Amino acid sequence: MKLFGYQLPAMSSLILWGLLWEIVGQLELTFFLPPLSAIFSTLMEISTTSVFLKALADTGYAFFIGTSSAIAIGIPVGILMGKSRFLDELLLPWVNMFLSAPLTALVPVLMVLFGFGMKAIIITTALFAIWIIVLNSRAGVMQINRSLVEMAHSFGASPKDAFFKIYFWAALPEILGGVRIGFIRAVKGVIIGQLLISIVGFGALFELYSSNFLMKHFWAVLIVLFAIAFTIAEFLAHLERKVEYYASRR
Amino acid sequence: MNDKTSDIENAVSVHNVYKNYGDVEALRDLSLDFPRGQLTSLLGPSGCGKTTLLKIIAGLLRANSGEITVNGQPVAGPGPDRAFVFQDFALLPWANVIRNVAFGLELRGVDRSEREAIAEKYIGDVGLKGFEKSYPHELSGGMRQRVGLARALSVDSQVLLMDEPFSAVDEQTRRKFQEDLLKLVKNESKTFIFVTHSIEEAVYVSDQVAILLPRPSRVSEIIRPEGFRHKDANSIRRDPEYLDIVDRIWASLRTYVE
Ligand SMILES: Nc1ncnc2c1ncn2[C@@H]1O[C@H](COP(=O)(O)OP(=O)(O)OP(=O)(O)O)[C@@H](O)[C@H]1O
Ligand SMILES: [Mg+2]
Repeated sequence: MKLFGYQLPAMSSLILWGLLWEIVGQLELTFFLPPLSAIFSTLMEISTTSVFLKALADTGYAFFIGTSSAIAIGIPVGILMGKSRFLDELLLPWVNMFLSAPLTALVPVLMVLFGFGMKAIIITTALFAIWIIVLNSRAGVMQINRSLVEMAHSFGASPKDAFFKIYFWAALPEILGGVRIGFIRAVKGVIIGQLLISIVGFGALFELYSSNFLMKHFWAVLIVLFAIAFTIAEFLAHLERKVEYYASRR
Repeated sequence: MNDKTSDIENAVSVHNVYKNYGDVEALRDLSLDFPRGQLTSLLGPSGCGKTTLLKIIAGLLRANSGEITVNGQPVAGPGPDRAFVFQDFALLPWANVIRNVAFGLELRGVDRSEREAIAEKYIGDVGLKGFEKSYPHELSGGMRQRVGLARALSVDSQVLLMDEPFSAVDEQTRRKFQEDLLKLVKNESKTFIFVTHSIEEAVYVSDQVAILLPRPSRVSEIIRPEGFRHKDANSIRRDPEYLDIVDRIWASLRTYVE
């Protein structure tokens, strides 16, 4: 960001908003916004409690399994859709539908199908993440240079070789973009799952704190969640930039 | 190859081939033989179907009808007897030069140390020594083209299908490559099919030049520049027969350019 020609340090907009928040909080305009400093000291307090750590572990577990399966299924499906006209026409309407569907409304159905436990939460998480991963992998394959495919074919590449040595790498920048957005959506998915399916993990903390109007606690957990999501997204964006050097030259 | 196949005089034959892209008729009743151990160039105006013919021989495209044989066997798809040099190079942007050159061997299951040793040799042959670890985007167009050339050479196929392999190299390098190509044709018993836009180049390097008509394409004329083949590289370009043939081809092609 630049201001009056000066290069401001990274994330200075965050600092600005943090300051504003602190001021509004100190003015005690609304119980909804306690001062940021108070939120952080609450965060320090609760972050070592076993309740918090258990919630973190539960949420992390569901998130990790959910996103891993979304990646493990989403990338191959997307690549296959990009490769095969038939599969694409078969699956694309569904992918588009689920991508824009209000998945939250589906959660009750998932509860009926998969029960009220971790399983349903993991599936919710995966469902939030997977569609954009599929769609991006597909887009990555669609824009692949046909010559590369022909080249591999002409040197006798097996379908497996073509998949792992050509399609995957050619689509990698788009795949990483899809995974990044998928992760962000999965954060939403895991919390929604934990709120609606069974009150566990961070979902349970949100429920507990907001129904008791413990806004400092509420914000503290939200900030932790934001920090985790932000770190993951930044890490993936970093990977994306690393592979971009060839993406622009395909 | 075994004795039976090398008895056949033509390494590649193409008979009565038709190829349409939807409504576009690219090749119509095209027939052409490619004698073993010789270099045949395909010369013709842009868009006349040279790449199409090459890809049909490579087994990358299917003809609508007609018969294509390599060593007497009908072509059903790509095979290790043919290697392709792509007009647009077709290099893996995420792989360095040595992996790109060795990629054909990698796909054929040659193990790493062996294929890199072979690749190393051909990288040297095309004049890219020292660039083994560079990535395609760090190379000039001409250097990339040479990587594609080295890749096709390193799989040691009997038939080399080259789609304008020297189009992006500078004039000096191009001349050197043309001379190298002549040596290659002489020393190795390979069959070369060579697409070019340059009449001089075609006459200089070819045992036979096939002139293609604009779409729908057929062979209009086959010229065999034979008289000066035995001469050394430098005097060919001043040979009267060489200059004559260049003029003759230009005369028959110019009608399509205008
Ligand atoms: N995939 C395709 N779909 C439709 N038409 C095509 C396709 N590929 C080639 N054509 C058409 O077929 C004709 C022959 O194309 P081709 O690429 O074989 O020409 P070329 O002789 O190699 O031209 P150039 O010298 O410019 O490389 C062209 O007119 C082109 O428009
Ligand atoms: Mg062409």
